Formats: sequence, structure tokens, C-alpha cells
Amino acid sequence: MFRLAFTTSIFAMLLPLAALAGPATIPAHRILAADAVQVPETQIDKIVFARLAELGIKPAEICSDAVFVRRAYLDVIGTLPSPAEVREFLADNRPDKRRALIDHLLQRDEFALYWAMKWSNVLRVKAEFPINLWPNAVQAYHRWIFASIRANKPYDRFVREMLTSSGSSFRVPEVNFYRAMQSKDPQGVAQAVALTFMGTRAEKWPKERLDAMAAFFTRIGRKKTTEWKEEIVFFDITSPTDKLAAAAFPDGTRPTISPEQDPREVFADWLISPSNPWFARNIVNRIWFWLQGRGIIHEPDDIRPDNPPSNPQLLAYLEKELVAANWDLKHIYRLILNSRTYQLSCVPASKHPEALANFAYYPLRRLEAEVLIDALNQITGTTEKYSSPIPEPFTFIPEENRTISLADGSITSPFLEMFGRPPRDTGLESERNNRPSPAQRLHLLNSTHIQRKIEQGRRIQAVMQSGGNLRKTATEMYLLIVSRFPTEEELARLEAYARSGVASGREVLIDLAWTLVNSTEFLYRH
Amino acid sequence: MSMRHGSDGKDLSRRDALRYGLMTAAGLVVAGPRLFGAQPATQPATLPPNVLGLPDSPDPASAKPRPPLGKGKAKAVIQIWLWGGPAHLDTFDPKPEAGPDYCGPFEKPIETNVPGIRICEMLPLLAQQADKYAIIRSMTHGNDGHETAAYLVQTGREPGGKLVYPSLGAIVAHFKAFAAGYKGLIPPYIVLTQPQGRFSEAGFMGPKYKPFATGGDPNAAQFAVEGIVAAGVTRQRQEARRELLHTLDPVRSMLGDDPELAALSEAEKQAYDLILGDEGKVFDLSEEPDAVRLAYGRNTFGQSCLVARRLVERGFPYVTINYGGWDTHSNHFPTMRTKLPQMDRGVAALLQDLSNRGLLDTTIVWWSGEFGRTPKVDYKPPWTGGRHHYGRCFCAMLAGGGFRGGCVVGESDATGSNVKSRPVYPIDLLASIYEMLGIDLNATLPNPNGAPVPLMPSPGEVRSGGILTELM
Repeated sequence: MFRLAFTTSIFAMLLPLAALAGPATIPAHRILAADAVQVPETQIDKIVFARLAELGIKPAEICSDAVFVRRAYLDVIGTLPSPAEVREFLADNRPDKRRALIDHLLQRDEFALYWAMKWSNVLRVKAEFPINLWPNAVQAYHRWIFASIRANKPYDRFVREMLTSSGSSFRVPEVNFYRAMQSKDPQGVAQAVALTFMGTRAEKWPKERLDAMAAFFTRIGRKKTTEWKEEIVFFDITSPTDKLAAAAFPDGTRPTISPEQDPREVFADWLISPSNPWFARNIVNRIWFWLQGRGIIHEPDDIRPDNPPSNPQLLAYLEKELVAANWDLKHIYRLILNSRTYQLSCVPASKHPEALANFAYYPLRRLEAEVLIDALNQITGTTEKYSSPIPEPFTFIPEENRTISLADGSITSPFLEMFGRPPRDTGLESERNNRPSPAQRLHLLNSTHIQRKIEQGRRIQAVMQSGGNLRKTATEMYLLIVSRFPTEEELARLEAYARSGVASGREVLIDLAWTLVNSTEFLYRH
Repeated sequence: MSMRHGSDGKDLSRRDALRYGLMTAAGLVVAGPRLFGAQPATQPATLPPNVLGLPDSPDPASAKPRPPLGKGKAKAVIQIWLWGGPAHLDTFDPKPEAGPDYCGPFEKPIETNVPGIRICEMLPLLAQQADKYAIIRSMTHGNDGHETAAYLVQTGREPGGKLVYPSLGAIVAHFKAFAAGYKGLIPPYIVLTQPQGRFSEAGFMGPKYKPFATGGDPNAAQFAVEGIVAAGVTRQRQEARRELLHTLDPVRSMLGDDPELAALSEAEKQAYDLILGDEGKVFDLSEEPDAVRLAYGRNTFGQSCLVARRLVERGFPYVTINYGGWDTHSNHFPTMRTKLPQMDRGVAALLQDLSNRGLLDTTIVWWSGEFGRTPKVDYKPPWTGGRHHYGRCFCAMLAGGGFRGGCVVGESDATGSNVKSRPVYPIDLLASIYEMLGIDLNATLPNPNGAPVPLMPSPGEVRSGGILTELM
């Protein structure tokens, strides 16, 4: 009796194992991390891992290839990989395929689109209240930002062009920097410059320091033209010069400025000088924050002596690299993206309270509103209608345009509002609200907006109607929606669902699409 | 208990009405000259007393005009919005004496249960509820464009100003829900079923105050309510999908304790409380007895009235029933013959049901379109018996929430072409509703784009005939 029972139980244990065999076998827990991936250790990793060792924190494993391909597409170009792109990457056997993919993505046009969106948030590109750039200037300014990023304009030049610009808001788009702020008095301009390019909140400074910086912006002239809503921003040589004597850089040094000299140029040259402690630090910390989900100094736009970096050596290394690369921002992107640190799995190996702040794993973050709706449109083959009813005549955005390419923060949708797109009122990173809400959950689970996309979208319908068996179709859906092959266990669960009779035929596929769209794997960067 | 409209009951109520009428303020037409000599022939004799199918009020004395209860008692508003503009002459302001050029085929208005008040012959059920409502026959704003007039009637403001003002629904949602700490998932300003458009919404107050349009059809087998009931997905399939979602989410199964995902799970739980739990059942008309559903009329409008009652019963402060199809430039009278009986039944059942449940004292029912329709029938081709837009003089109906019932405010001239006495402008009606809801007329409205905006226009900013003190 004993022996018989023993044999049976062994048999029972073996059965599910046998079921796991097959071409798409990936143990469920290996979906996120990988054992045998070769990612060379970089200087970033030496610094980060040394700090983690000091704190006794074990870093997470390296993420799997399937996780990496999705993560890299979303982080670098704000776009999901297509099933073909996923297949190609997964089938690639070159040891440096991750590096090759990063180089490829940094060259794509979507890179400029996506980062122009991020910069437009920081620079408050918005036609209506409270920024009031107005539509024509918004289009020109956004185009200029996009073109600068696509051309990989050195960062010091990008900033200097804005700070020293003079001309029409339509024809010299970078003058809109001086228009895209709520308060346009010299103190207001100084605060916007400090926030945007120094990552610091000048309203917390001693008043004398802010006034001394504001002095550089006391000679800005503004005038209207006969064109509707056109404005000329310029160095007004006729303006009073009495405030210039008080001008001092935020580090306390006082320049001499002649009355013929545009004081904004004097300030810009101080700001972009390689020896300036703020300029490089702000931008490398922001890029780290953008890619890694958390600043080395956090919040990234609240740099002050009592908010120290979690890893000063790391910050110093990135600053030095940027200056040495002549302000080539893509160099910093490459350094970070190719590091093991960036490629860690989202599953922490340590529950240490300092693990997140020291980059011991890749933190989960919900897709931004704009990226999420684009991803939903991409997988289903649908579009959104964007328009602006004010001011008349209405602006209608072509439906094939991506949401990440919307130039104007005033053009929005209930979805974008619900999912916390930044209003572009202040330029603060914290304007983006990525907190999950019941209303968002309800929308994704049960709205006609999403239901129609899944049940009627041309692209996803083509997959559903491709005519293969359930396993084949389900595999295509996994590649389309979550950018990986399903595991044997997942396919078995789906088959059990199909057998249960609660849904039949096409409904099973709709329910699978619904499930994957609502999964954390789809909704979050992971 | 349900057969209370016998002749005794009627006589009693008529005497009460008389006694009551003598006590009312001057200028308020509680009853016309027929008060003493109502002729039986004009009574809707053919109408069975309990044709609604709802129990009548247990107390026959309730058929006397409802006295005002004072300000600040109302908690909710049901707005019956007759989009397109209902003809005042063919609803609450009949003009049989003006002849067929004006009244068309509807020449025999009927007496109501309040002697002296006559309404269109197509509204026999509402005639039995007249004790509960006040008719305003002197509404005016003079605007004949649908969108602009709809904006005027629902905001009290002239269109074209610098600010787009919020509609009454958004304002009530602010004061009675959000400012009172409302955190529920179903927005407090609900429209059954289709949205009214951008001039009837949240205005400058912003998207938080926008109405929630349910979509779907409450008269369908499954009332698909946006976000709450997905069309074609059974409850069983919803439950099975939820199960599937939890088994096919490796990130969640590995990282469920991540604070980010814990917040997501909490949000999801709340969402499912609405989809599968009790909260969303407010829209489930299968919970209502068939007799009640029939009493309201098995059509989209009737069942919308029933949903509206369920919503106010559960504390929602503002429900709009967006009832289209009243823009009858041509084919007017045949359209009225199909629409008026639906409207009659739905509104009458709503009033009776609210009253039976003790909800009418705290619920304002406001019946109106954006304007009336031309009093003179256009018999010329291509209209061949049509009525056009008319903002100069039209009617509205107000019931419950503490407003006096069984009376008429204002008067139009012999043909319904002009206001003859006591003009009532949109702001007068809206301000009166604020008063009954206990909303301070000196309050301000939140304005995310600038300084708070006063609730009421400053004196002289818009035309006004004064608040409806005669109903309070």
C-alpha cells in the first residue's frame, strides 16, 4: 500500500512538469530576470555597486532580454516595440545586442519626439492660461525643441540659444522661453531659469541672491506686432541700466556689464561654463531621473545643500563625462542605458530601505498618460481625436499623429487628464501625477473607450482573426501587447479558461487582450 | 388604498385648494375663475384614476397644492431637459381661445387636480399631479439659438462673455457634493444618457465638475453604463476575467507588496466595488418591480426618470435627463402625439413616486427646454404644421424641494407670444433653486484659472425679474 501511494504521488508531481515542456517554455519566475546575460560592468556600475556593498544591499539580477527590449523602447523612444522588433531582438545571438539596440533607438525619430515632449513639460509649452504662449508660437517653439533634439544639438548651445534670443515669437522660436512663464518680471524670469537649468527653486533663496540674479533680466523688451498674438522679445538697449550694478551670479561673483552689452549673454556664459557647479549637475541628474525613475538628487528639480545626492561620486562622474563629451547628451544616455545598473530587474533582491535611493533595482513606474494611450492605440490599431476649441478657429490634430507628439499642453483629452499628464503650468517634474486612482482603473477595466479599441481596433482584430489555433493566436497577442512569448503555464491557463465555457470563440481572445492590457506588465515600465 | 381619486377625494381637495388659495400671496395665480364652477365636462373623465400603476399618496388631502417648506430643505435636483425646445402652447400653456392658427389640433386643454389650472390635453397624467408642481408661464430670454439659449437657461448668463460659466448641475455638484467632501467614484453630476454639449457643462470650473454621461439605454435588457456595465459582458464573465487577470500577471504576482502595486490593487478593488458590488446597482433597473417599470413607461425617457429617482434616493445631488427630439420645425403635431404621452407618463410617475417615498420635499424637479416654440403654427411648406424656436416667451415647471405646488407663476398674452406679467429670466429660476438648496447667493465658485468667481451676476449684469419668492 505504502509503495503504491508513493508511486502515485511521484506521478502526480511529474505531470505538470511534463506539461511545461515545449518550445515556449520559460519558467514563470524567469520572465523578469535572466541568468546568463552578459552585460559588461561599466564605470557607473563600479560606483553604484561599491555604494551598495557599503550599505550591505544586494542588487537585483539583470533583467531578461524580453524585459530589456520593452524597457529600452519605452524609456528611450516612448514607444512599444512591434512584435517583429521583439522577435528580431530575442532571436539575435550577438553578445552586444543590447548595446546595438540602444544605439539604434537613440537614432530613431521617436527619440526626438518623446524627449521633445519631456522638454516641453519642463519648458511649459502651452498655448492657454496660465502660460499663454498662444497656438502659433507653441507650434514654432515645439518644432524648434524637436529639431534641436533630433540634431543632437550640444546642450550648452541649446540653452544659450534660448537665454540670449531676440526676435519674433513666430520666427525665432527660442524667444518663447521668455514668454513661457507665469511671471515675466525679472524675478520671475530668474526663478524660471534657475528651476529649468540649475534644478533649484530660487523662491527659497535669500531675497538678495534672487534679486542679484534677476538684475540680468531687467533689460528684456517685449512688443506686439500687427500679426495676431505675435510678440517680439528683445534686448532693449534703451531700457534703464540702474539695476545692473546689483547683478551677481548665484555663486556671488559680480561681473561688470557695459550698457551696450546684453546682460543675458553675460549670465548665459557664466551658466554654461564647464566650471559652473549647477549646469552639468542639473542635466545629468535629470537624465538619470528620467531613465531610472529616481534622481541621484531627488526631487531632481529641488537641488539645495540640504538635499544631498545619494551617491555623490556617481553624480560627479556623469558631470565630468558630459563636459568631456562637449555637452553631448546622447553620450550620457548611452552611459546610463548600457550600465548593468540600468539593466537590473524590477524584482528587488533586498528589502533594505535605502535600496531604491541607491539604484539596487529598476523601480516600477506606470507608463505616462501620453505613452499609455499611444501604446493602447499601437496595439489595437486605433487613434485619438485631439482638438482645441479655444481660441477659434478650432485646431484639429491629424488622427495619425502620436500623443507624444502633441505640441500644446492646452490640447488634452479626458484620458490624459485622468492619467495625470502635467498641465505645464510650472515646469516642475512633480506636475505629472502618476498615482493610480480608482477612476483610472475603472476606465481601463470597463470603459467603452477601451472596450471599443480591443473589440474593434483593426490591428488587434487582425491578430484575433489570423485563423491559427488558440496557442498560436495567443502567442501573437503576447508579443503584441506585452512584448514576449507566453510561458507554457500561461497558455495552459488560457486553454482552461476557454474550456470553462464562460466565454466562447472570439470572446476568449477579447478576454485575453483585456487581461493583458490590464496587467501590471503592460501598464508599468518594469 | 390605491383608489383615492374618487369623487369625495376630489371634492375635498378642491375645497382645500380653495381655502389654501385664499391665503396665497397676491400676484400668484393659484386658480382661475373656474375655481368655483369647475365643469365636470372638462375633467379628464375618461382617465382611470390610477392609470399610473403606482400607489397614490395615502392621504387624499395631499391633492391640495403643496405648501412651500422654506429655503434650504432641498438636497437634490432632477433636471428634465427637453432639448430642442418644447412648445409651450402644447404643454403647460395652452391657448385654445387663440384658435387653430395657434393651438393647432390641441383645442381642448384639460383641467388638472388643481381647479383653474389647465394644461394640454395630451398630458392627462400630469394633470393629476398638478398639486405638486408650479408652472411658470412667463419664462423669457429672447435667444433663439439652441446652443446659446441652452447656455443661457442653464447658466443664467449671456453667452459670449470672457468666461464660460458652469451649468447649474456643475454648481450643485460643487456645493452639495465636492465641497461637502464627496469622494465617490460615480461623479455627482449625472446625465442620462447622452451629454448635452460643451455649453452645458463645467465651464471655467474645469473637468472635475463635468457631468458623467451614462451612455447606454435604461430601457434595454442591459443598461450599459459607461465604466460600470460593459455592453455585452455578463456579470459571470466579468468575474471570470478578473480571475484570469490575477492569474496572468507575473509582475503583480512577484511584486504584489510593492507600494506602487498595493495602491493599484486598492484602486482596483474600489473599481470592482462599482462593477460587481452594490454601488453600481443604482443603475440596475431589474431591481425594480415590473409594475413600477411599467408605470414610468417602457421607453428610454420613462426608464431614465426611474433611474433618476433611484439616484436621488441614494443621495446623488444632480441628475439631468437629456430628453431630445423637441426641435419640431416640421411634422410638429404628429411628433407631439407620440412624444407627449411618453413625457406625460414619465414625469407624472416620477412626481408621484418621489412623493410616495417622501423624497419630493427634498428633491427639486425642474422641467424646461432651452426655449419654447413659435405660438403661431407655420402651415406653409416645407413646414406644413411646424413650430420654430421661440425664446421670447416660454414655460417651465418646478416641483418639490420645498417649492410651492399647484400654482402658476406669471402669464403670457392671449396667443402666448409675449410675457404679459411677471417675467422670469433664467437667472431668477436658477437663483431660486440655489435658495431652496441652501446655497448662499453670496458664495463664490472655484476657478482654477484665476480668482474665484461670484455665484451670482452683479446687479444689472443680466436681466432679472426677481427670485421666485412666490413659490418659497
